[in-house]
Amino acid sequence: MQLTLWTYEGPPHVGAMRVATAMRNVHYVLHAPQGDTYADLLFTMIERRDRRPPVTYTTFQARDLGGDTAGLFQQACRDAYERFRPEVLLVGASCTAELLQDDPGGLAAAVGLPVPVIPLELPSYQRKENWGAAETFYRLVRALAQPAAGTARARPRCNLLGPVALGFRHRDDVAAVTALLDRLGADVHVTAPLGASPADLATLADADCNIVLYPEIAATAAQWLGRSFGMPCVTLPPIGVSATRDFIAEVARVLGLDPAPVLADPGTRAPWYARSVDSTYLTGKRVFVFGDATHAIAAARIATAELGLSLVGLGTYSRELARDVRAAANAYGVEPLITDDYLDVEKAIIAAQPELVLGSQMERHVAKRLGIPCAVISAPVHVQDFPARFSPQMGFEGADVIFDTWVHPLMMGLEEHLLSMFRDDFEFNDSAAPSHIAAAPAPATLAWAAEAEQELKKIPFFVRGKARRNTETFAQSRGLSLITVEALYDAKAHFAR
Amino acid sequence: MNGALHEVGAVQEAGHAAGCADAPVLRQRGQREVFCGLTGIVWLHRKIQDAFFLVVGSRTCAHLIQSAAGVMIFAEPRFATAIIEERDLAGLADANDELDSVVGRLIARRPEIKLLFLVGSCPSEVIKLDLSRAAQRLSRSLAPAVRVLSYSGSGIETTFTQGEDACLAALVADLPTTRARRLLVVGALADVVEDQFRRLFAAIGIADVDFLPPRRAADLPAVGAGTMFLLAQPFLADTARALESRGATRIAAPFPLGAEGTTLWLRAAAEAFGIAPARLREATGIAEHRARTALARHKAMLAGKRIFFFPDSQLEVPLARFLARELGMRPVEVGTPYLHRAHLAEELALLPAGPLLSEGQDVDRQLDRCRAARPDLTVCGLGLANPLEAEGLATKWSIELLFTPIQGYEQAGDLADLFARPLVRRLKLAV
Repeated sequence: MQLTLWTYEGPPHVGAMRVATAMRNVHYVLHAPQGDTYADLLFTMIERRDRRPPVTYTTFQARDLGGDTAGLFQQACRDAYERFRPEVLLVGASCTAELLQDDPGGLAAAVGLPVPVIPLELPSYQRKENWGAAETFYRLVRALAQPAAGTARARPRCNLLGPVALGFRHRDDVAAVTALLDRLGADVHVTAPLGASPADLATLADADCNIVLYPEIAATAAQWLGRSFGMPCVTLPPIGVSATRDFIAEVARVLGLDPAPVLADPGTRAPWYARSVDSTYLTGKRVFVFGDATHAIAAARIATAELGLSLVGLGTYSRELARDVRAAANAYGVEPLITDDYLDVEKAIIAAQPELVLGSQMERHVAKRLGIPCAVISAPVHVQDFPARFSPQMGFEGADVIFDTWVHPLMMGLEEHLLSMFRDDFEFNDSAAPSHIAAAPAPATLAWAAEAEQELKKIPFFVRGKARRNTETFAQSRGLSLITVEALYDAKAHFAR
Repeated sequence: MNGALHEVGAVQEAGHAAGCADAPVLRQRGQREVFCGLTGIVWLHRKIQDAFFLVVGSRTCAHLIQSAAGVMIFAEPRFATAIIEERDLAGLADANDELDSVVGRLIARRPEIKLLFLVGSCPSEVIKLDLSRAAQRLSRSLAPAVRVLSYSGSGIETTFTQGEDACLAALVADLPTTRARRLLVVGALADVVEDQFRRLFAAIGIADVDFLPPRRAADLPAVGAGTMFLLAQPFLADTARALESRGATRIAAPFPLGAEGTTLWLRAAAEAFGIAPARLREATGIAEHRARTALARHKAMLAGKRIFFFPDSQLEVPLARFLARELGMRPVEVGTPYLHRAHLAEELALLPAGPLLSEGQDVDRQLDRCRAARPDLTVCGLGLANPLEAEGLATKWSIELLFTPIQGYEQAGDLADLFARPLVRRLKLAV
C-alpha cells in the first residue's frame, strides 16, 4: 500500500476518458460502480467542456455482486450503442470492476454490435493516467489504421499525435504547430486524438510523417505506425525557441522542405527580451523544475539556455519517461527527482532554495506556501490552465507566452534594484501600506461585544473584513454603540442582496 | 414525454390534498451521476478538527477526493488514501500488515490526530478487507492517544451524503452512555450554524444540547434512554437506527431549511421538551421575521419559476418544500438518490402536490425528461451543470448546498440566493 495525499495522475481509465473525450464518434462503456462518474466533472468543470464525456458507467452496486454484473455490462453496451450510435465502442473496467474479472472485451463482443468494439486492458493497480491514455490511443490506432491509399499531393502532410482532453494547453499547441507547419510548407493530415473520428484514424498512414507532440500519450502509437507502415516520426516537442528551431529543421529534413525562410524570420520576441538589459537580473536565478517529462525537460532547456537561469532541481512524476529526465538532469549536473509523492517534491524544493518554481498546480501550491514565485508548466491541470486567450506553449508564439508567464511572477530587474536602495527606509518597507491607499480612518466609537467578535471570527477570512465594515456602517446608521450578535445578523440581513 | 409528465402532475394535484405524502415514486436504475460516500470526507474533516480520514482504496479514490475538493492544498490535508497495489491483492495477511505500517507512519507524522477513521472503498469491500477488525486491532495498539474507527464510503454501498451517515453511525457505537435527559442534534453543520442553534435552544429553554459530530474527538456526546435526538440532515438513516438501538428517541420534524422549516424543527424539539408555544415564539420571533424579510427579497426572482432536481444529496425533498412554500417556486421533478419515507414524512406532507418524485437514477432518461420539461432552473451535480447550461438550461450546482451553511434563520436568505443567483446572472449577461 502506498500512502497518498494528493496525486499527480489519476487511474488509467481516466487516461482512456481523456482520449475518448478528445475524439468524435467514440463511446466508452466503463464497468464501474457509482462514484466513478466524478471523472466527468474534470472535463465539464476544469476544461469547461460543453458536453458530457462520451462515457457510460455500468454503476453496479453491492447487491449486484452476487448476481449478474456481466449482464448489467452487456445491457449498458446495448443501451449506449442505441443512444449514442458511435463509430467505435471502447470497453473496459475501472479499478473495482477489474477485481470482478467480468472480461468486458469478451462480453461486449458477445453482444454483437454492428461497430468495432475495442477492449481496453488497463491494470489499475499498476498503472496510471498517462499510461492509460497512451494505451488507449495505441489500441485505437492499431485497430483502425489502414495501409496508405497513396494519393499524390502538392504539399507534404503530417499527423499531429498526442493532444487530448485535459491536456496542458494542447488545444492551443495544435493551432500553433499547425500554423508553423503551414509556413514551412506542410499540411496537417490528421490531428489525433483531439478532434479526430475513428474514420480519420483509418487514414493515418496517408500522411508523410507523424509528429509526436506529447510522447507520454502518443509515442507507443507512433512507434507502431512506424513499424507497420514505415512512417517516419518526429519526436522533438517544439517548446522554447531552440527546441522549435530543432523541430523545424527535423521536420524539413524528413519532408524534404527548406527550413531557411521560417528560421530566418521566426517572429518571436523572447530571444531579444532575454538579451535586453532589464533581463540582466535573471542571470543565475535559481529555478526548480518539476512536471511531466516532456514539459520538464523542455523547461530546463529554456530556463538555462534561453533565460540564463540556474537549474537547481529537475524531476518528473512520469515514471514511463524517467530515463529521459535522468539523462537531462545528469547533463545539467543536478540530482534527478523521480517521484509521484508531492511531499517528496516539497522537501526537494525546500532543500534546493529556488527563487522560481516551474511545476504543476501542485508545485504552485507548495511555492505559494513557501512564498516562492511560481509558473505552471505542466498537467495536472486546473481551471486556470484553460485561459480564454490563445496561449500555446509550442512554437515561437509559445516561446513568447512562456517568456511572459515565467518572468512575470518574478520581481522585475529595476524593482529589485530599487528595493535594495530603499531597504529599511521608514516609508518604504513591507509593513507600510502603499501610499496610494489612503490611511485607514481612525476607529469610530463603536464597541464589539465579545460574543459578536467571536461570531465574526466564524465568517470565512476572505469576507470577514467586508462583514465588519458593513456591520459597523449599519450600527452607526442605527445609532448603536455596542455591536451585539443580533446587530451582526441584522446587518447581514440588511446588506444581503 | 412532456405530456406524460403533465399527466402525472395532474393526477396528483387532483388526488391529494396532503402534499406529497402518498404521491407515487418513479424508481429508476441505471447510470448514476452522483458521488460516492467518500466525498463526505471533504466536509467531515473540516468539522472534526482532530480527526484524520484514511481511505483504504485505489488511485481512483484518491483522485476522486482531490477532484471533488478541487486542488486546494492550503495545508497538508487531514485525509489520505492508502492505495492498494498489485502486491496487496496477492494475500490478505499482507494487506493488513501493509495497513498497519501505513497507519504507523501516518500517526508518527501527525501526532495531533486523536481520531482516525479507516474508510472502506469499493475495492476494499470487493476484496473483503475487514476494516472493522483492523480498526479494533489498531485502536488497541494506539490507545489511548488515538481512537480508530471504520466505516464504508464505497460507491457500491453509499451515495454521496450516505458517507456522512456511515461515519456518524460508526461514532454512535463509540459514544459514552448517559441516562440524562438531553437533546442531541445530529448531522454535520457549519460551526456558525451550530452556535446559532445552541443560542436558540438556550433561549427556548433547552440548555442541555449536544451536537454530533463534535468539533473535537474528546467531546463525544453521551447517549442513552434519556436522549431525544433531532436530525439536522435528511440523510442519516443508519445513524438514527444506531442511536435508537442505544435507547435514544428521534424527534420527528421537517428539516431546518428556510424560516418555516427552522421554526417547525425548533418547535418539534420544544414540544418534546414540554416547552410552552409562547416561549418558543418569544425566543424565535425576531430571527424568524429577519429570515422572512431576507427571503422576501428573492421572491420576485424565484416565484412561479419551475425547478428540476437531479438526485444528489437527499436534501432535494426539503429543498423543494422550502422553495415551493416560502418562495413560490414550482418543482417539476424532485429526484433523490434515496427516499426515506419515515424521516421525510413531515417534509412530504408539506411539499405541495404536483412534482414527479423520483428515486435512484438512469441519468440519460432523466436528462430526456429534463430537456422535455425545460425547467427554469435545474439542480444537478458538476458533471451535468455546464453541459445543461450549454443547452440553454440554467443550473445550480448541488454540491454547494453541502459546502455552504444553509440551515437556520440567518442562512435562509443565503439559501434562497443560491437559487436566485443563476437566474439573476442570466438577466445580467448580454453576451
